[in-house]
Amino acid sequence: MTTPATPTDEVEAEELLEEEREPWWQRLVTGSSTSIALILVGLIVVFSLLRPEEFFDVNNARNIATDAAVLLVIAVGMTFVIITAGIDLSVGAVLVFAGVVAAKAMNEVGGDNWGVIFVGLATALASGLGWGLLNGFLVAKAKLPAFIVTLGTLGMALGSALLITGGVDQRDVPFKLVDTIGSGRAFGEVPYLVLIAAAVALVFGVILAATRFGRYTYAIGSNEEASRRAGINVDAHLIKVYAIAGTLAGLAGFMSLARFATTTIGGHSTDNLDAIAAVVIGGTSLFGGIGTMVGTVVGVFIPAVLRNGFVIVGVQAFWQQVAVGAVLIVAVYLDQLRRARYRR
Amino acid sequence: MPEPVLEARQIVKRFGRVQALRGANLTVYPREVVALVGDNGAGKSTLVKTMVGVHPPDGGEILFEGRPVTVNTPHEARDLGIETVYQDLALAAEVDPAANMFLGREILRPGLLGKLGFLDKPAMRQRSDEAFDALGVRIQDTAARVANMSGGQRQGVAISRAVTWASKIVFMDEPTAALGVVQTRNVLDLIQRVREHGLSVVLISHNMPEVFEVADRIEVLRLGERVAQLRPKEVSMEDVVAAMTGALTFHEEDRQA
Repeated sequence: MTTPATPTDEVEAEELLEEEREPWWQRLVTGSSTSIALILVGLIVVFSLLRPEEFFDVNNARNIATDAAVLLVIAVGMTFVIITAGIDLSVGAVLVFAGVVAAKAMNEVGGDNWGVIFVGLATALASGLGWGLLNGFLVAKAKLPAFIVTLGTLGMALGSALLITGGVDQRDVPFKLVDTIGSGRAFGEVPYLVLIAAAVALVFGVILAATRFGRYTYAIGSNEEASRRAGINVDAHLIKVYAIAGTLAGLAGFMSLARFATTTIGGHSTDNLDAIAAVVIGGTSLFGGIGTMVGTVVGVFIPAVLRNGFVIVGVQAFWQQVAVGAVLIVAVYLDQLRRARYRR
Repeated sequence: MPEPVLEARQIVKRFGRVQALRGANLTVYPREVVALVGDNGAGKSTLVKTMVGVHPPDGGEILFEGRPVTVNTPHEARDLGIETVYQDLALAAEVDPAANMFLGREILRPGLLGKLGFLDKPAMRQRSDEAFDALGVRIQDTAARVANMSGGQRQGVAISRAVTWASKIVFMDEPTAALGVVQTRNVLDLIQRVREHGLSVVLISHNMPEVFEVADRIEVLRLGERVAQLRPKEVSMEDVVAAMTGALTFHEEDRQA
């Protein structure tokens, strides 16, 4: 059946629409990622006023961004997963696993050139993809809760990494990798790690906001059964989403390897929770269907700015954990308020 | 009588040990409104779901325009021109009405961007607005999430979606159950208009006056089987209720409507 347009009083109707919408500033303040962006701006302003010399400085901004880069890459994948109403606890362990096998692969090939680096990157991405596919398959096809599946693969990935290395960090990473991707800067200013993370966030942010893949991610998180009935291949989509999260964790593992020149096996036990916290602080709903990539970027930078700011101001760095915990709770509370408003 | 556009024969559906449908039949003729009635648990919703690909049947056959078809996924039903307004509406509440309207059949941008999967949101929004206008569904802010809308507006979105895409049959599972008087009126008028456009409507309803107002025929389901095919002009509401409860039995062969 076709539905012919009825051009009746369109102008009046449009004017009516404008009136019934909330004013722009109200939408801005109550928007999902803007209220939390204001908190970030507020933090930057406060620290800048307290220590204008040290905090409000290009070098310091570079430090904050570099610290946040690896976590941002993980959080990008986590955003997709959480919007589908899922969770991925395995990302930190997959990061470690990918770093370990990439280091091993590069040692096997030997040498200090771009060829070796490429082998390492491919290995890291492939191993991340493998774990992601396993997660996705178990969640979508075996219908197991994502929490349990990814808790299981967390243990498996981390245990495997320890088995491969015997529990000792791999330290012989190609010098060229550390020198270029790990600590180099584009145009002498922007660290490559930051550039990579920004590119990942941008590309996947656009995919989430503007493509059919993104639309299905929101639809499945909003109402999985309705998505199935609309003819969307929900299982395949979920597998792809977990595969993206795994692959990005693999990339993060490679970036971490490049930055620290070692596999840092013991250093990522809270990466999963940090990523989840960042995503949720950024306004993504754990109940699915709601979230933005801009929000996630903000959510990653709030803890990073807090940690950096506390150190500069001279507050014990441990306070950062306390503050981030409080911000997390406030963020979820705001999400609940928004939902309550909708469901009047 | 013309050839049925859709016919379910001896449909069996089990959920574990529960046999929800035990050889149920349903006949839908072209350009008619057929009401599917029955007591709670008679299997109405289950029968609909076996015919639109949500729960494939365990036995029996489905004929579409006289030829046997399998409808194992919602996609297959859609390809036959069959759309459904589910009892729970099956809307994604966190996205806007246009996204729901085009869920699973998004319009992509022309050219390279489209090949990369980029959505043409303005086109989808415009076509949705046209459909809502044409069907008299009033939605103030079409950019708002469905979660923000009233029950009547949500129902309007779900019905608009089904009616826009169907080319043969629209199944409506209790479309007026959650609506007020005015909105119910709108839905009943809409059902008539859908028939005038040449489609068939299968209406599941508990509301007898409603059924008698819009239906051309009534099929009665009881304990997972069709027990009667009636015409509202020939029977009383009491007859229909009696058939639903088993107080009165009609033999299918005797009372072919």
